Amino acid sequence: MELDTGATAWMLISASLVLLMTPGLALFYGGMTRSKSVLNMMMMSFGAMAVIAVVYVLWGWSMSYGSSVGGIVGNPLDQFGLSGAIYDGTGAFLIDDYGVPGIVGVAFQSTFAIITTALISGAIADRTRFSTWMVFVVLWVTLSYFPMAHMVWGGGLLSGDGPFASIATPIDFAGGTVVHINAGVAGLVLALIIGRRKGFGAVPMKPHSLPLTMLGAALLWFGWFGFNAGSAFTADGVAGLAWVNTTTATAAAVLGWLATEKLRDGHATSLGAASGVVAGLVAITPAAGALSPVGSIALGAAAGALCALAVGLKYRLGYDDSLDVVGVHLVGGLVGTIGIGFLATETGLLYGGGASQLAVQVIIAVVAMIFSGVVTAVIGLALKAVMGWRVSEDVEVNGIDQAEHGESAYEALGVGRFSTDTGAGAPAPVRRSTTEAHA
Amino acid sequence: MKLVTAIVQPHRLDDVKKALEAAGVHGMTVSEANGYGRQHGHTEVYRGAEYTIELVPKVRVEVVVDDYDAPAVVDAVVGAAQSGRIGDGKVWTVPVEDVVRVRTGERGADAL
Repeated sequence: MELDTGATAWMLISASLVLLMTPGLALFYGGMTRSKSVLNMMMMSFGAMAVIAVVYVLWGWSMSYGSSVGGIVGNPLDQFGLSGAIYDGTGAFLIDDYGVPGIVGVAFQSTFAIITTALISGAIADRTRFSTWMVFVVLWVTLSYFPMAHMVWGGGLLSGDGPFASIATPIDFAGGTVVHINAGVAGLVLALIIGRRKGFGAVPMKPHSLPLTMLGAALLWFGWFGFNAGSAFTADGVAGLAWVNTTTATAAAVLGWLATEKLRDGHATSLGAASGVVAGLVAITPAAGALSPVGSIALGAAAGALCALAVGLKYRLGYDDSLDVVGVHLVGGLVGTIGIGFLATETGLLYGGGASQLAVQVIIAVVAMIFSGVVTAVIGLALKAVMGWRVSEDVEVNGIDQAEHGESAYEALGVGRFSTDTGAGAPAPVRRSTTEAHA
Repeated sequence: MKLVTAIVQPHRLDDVKKALEAAGVHGMTVSEANGYGRQHGHTEVYRGAEYTIELVPKVRVEVVVDDYDAPAVVDAVVGAAQSGRIGDGKVWTVPVEDVVRVRTGERGADAL
């Protein structure tokens, strides 16, 4: 295959856009936490970036797209460290069917693994030990994300080459199952294993900075163009369709969320708008290439309204999914994945395509939920026994930022800012050698 | 001397300042305060969860004045801060034993 420079340029940009989503998520989540735990919240996203960028090139790519072990997972040793994934036998760069170098595909896919795992952190805000989270990231991306990516996108069990394809070819354009159902179920399982924050449902835990959350939602939307339009794997009409669907569904979801709030609570809130953005983006993710723009409006509006209702479930059912990973990502992921069965322009029920697409979409959604649920439960319970998940109650009450990271996000009072006292207790000036100072 | 402390709506601060200046008060201390009265704040809704925000933001204005001026100063503050609606605030007066101007060491009424 000849190198397609246009497609390659677009895929490099897409990979960069998707990477930007994770800091965007850190802002989105960080604004929603209390001011005493915003740094810990954001560090969970940055920690996931640091861990997974490394893990992905070591065994992540191979477990996702390497030679299949029973349709469940790729062999991690097959292309460990990207051996055989960059160059062909003659030393030239491998080029895929779209004219894009394989190494660019690695870049693109690694960013998906990062954002998916980071999404889970919203369910366990304010109370999770950072060290346990970092170990969880390695285990979960390895045992849940890479197998799911292999099953759906790597020619495995839930792909067009799997056993369910005899009913209809499963559609997951950019990650309804692999990303959102996977992360949403994991968030639910971890919230149950780790338990509720002290005072959950009794004391106010309102967002400390909604402007941060709205900025994060904006960055997520921008980055999501790489996520969805990039999932065309080239710069073509499908990419354009995915771009438009990504915007129309998201806009409709904002309207759906705000209308639901206005009717129920009396106000259209900024947090509702930011949440509606994400709900719409989640729902259109698996469907971006299969729907018409008009169909995507219907899907987005449904996702916005349903997610706005779903975020209240945690109070009724008593699980502390702190920032609504379940209500937004699991519910939105299900709406999108199953919605394809109704709205796909070629095979959807409402377009006269019969029920077979709907059936296969339900099947892959259920398999994804069971797989992610079981794997996350095993990892979560093992870490609970070996490392422990929770900070102490004192730390939780006083703020996890101070205890886990030795920092505070904001200068609370300003007293001491102008102090020139260099006596005991004051920070000593950092000594630098002359070479360092001039470096 | 008397310390007059006023808790008022933040958006009334400019009016209160003008009224105090008109009443001959030369200086004041203003700080941000949070509190609630009979209404117990208000409610806010985040993702469908309703929170009671008991502590609402107010501004605290403190001035030390001669005994003789105190009633007029209180009247000036009340006149400037009053809207007739819930949440207008409170003003109270307490006796002050001594005041010292740090720059000069002057004491009592001379330090005002």
